[in-house]
Amino acid sequence: MFETVVFYVFAAILLLSALRVITARNPVHGALALVLAFFTAAGIWLLLRAEFLAITLVLVYVGAVMVLFLFVVMMLDVDLERLREGFWKNLPMAVVVGGVMALEMVAMLATRVFGTATQTRAVPPGYSNTRELGRVLYTQYVYAFEIAAVILLVAIIAAIALTLRRRKDTKSQDPARQVAARREERVRLVSMPAEKER
Amino acid sequence: MAPLALNHFLVLGALLFAISVVGIFLNRRNVIVLLMAIELMLLAVNLNFVAFAHFLGDLAGQVFVFFILTVAAAESAIGLAILVLLFRNLSSINVEDMDSLRG
Repeated sequence: MFETVVFYVFAAILLLSALRVITARNPVHGALALVLAFFTAAGIWLLLRAEFLAITLVLVYVGAVMVLFLFVVMMLDVDLERLREGFWKNLPMAVVVGGVMALEMVAMLATRVFGTATQTRAVPPGYSNTRELGRVLYTQYVYAFEIAAVILLVAIIAAIALTLRRRKDTKSQDPARQVAARREERVRLVSMPAEKER
Repeated sequence: MAPLALNHFLVLGALLFAISVVGIFLNRRNVIVLLMAIELMLLAVNLNFVAFAHFLGDLAGQVFVFFILTVAAAESAIGLAILVLLFRNLSSINVEDMDSLRG
């Protein structure tokens, strides 16, 4: 009973903050609302006994990704009014499409194909979600885990390569060019008649 | 009040997904808000995965969420890098200004 109340409160906060994300005039407010949405979602995941993922969501998303978002949003000096053009023009169409999508999905779920399963698989004493997840991750899904690591490496390299700006006015040395220098490029022999001394 | 069932979480995920689709329609010019709406969509999908993992008693759903989180972090990092690059070149993040491939 208590869990149900908590679920409804968290679901309301989650939906309201999601609405705030998509309607915020200022992108900074939108990003902060998204932080709230992620945090609330982590709470809902805790209700579903997914402790490790809930903490990961807070650490990785709220701690890293959203800070990156906020950093970029604050760094860019954007013209907010121009970006809002067409907001009210698109609103009726967007609400119709989104509403129909939501109605279809909810109607599908209302047939109770999935919904009969209720709580609660009793958690045995000493059960650790983190330990179980780690056991599966490092045995059954170890190749997928390594591929995920490679994806993160690719992301690091891509982000650095995209934003690296090479300055043109630095006077740094290029050892390869120094080694490859040849005599013909540097030395010029000028033949001129010797001057006589008077 | 009825005890929590799988349907509660699936309906919440569906509503969250619909909200983010509406957000993509509304803010079709602002790349930052588009990226944030995509993050919300991935959150809705993750919520479904976690709910199924709990109610079916299968840990594979949680492993999937783990990988989705990894890929989503990579996606947003590269997306924001592209955004910074665009802003440096165009001084704008309006989608309508990104028409240099138009013939």
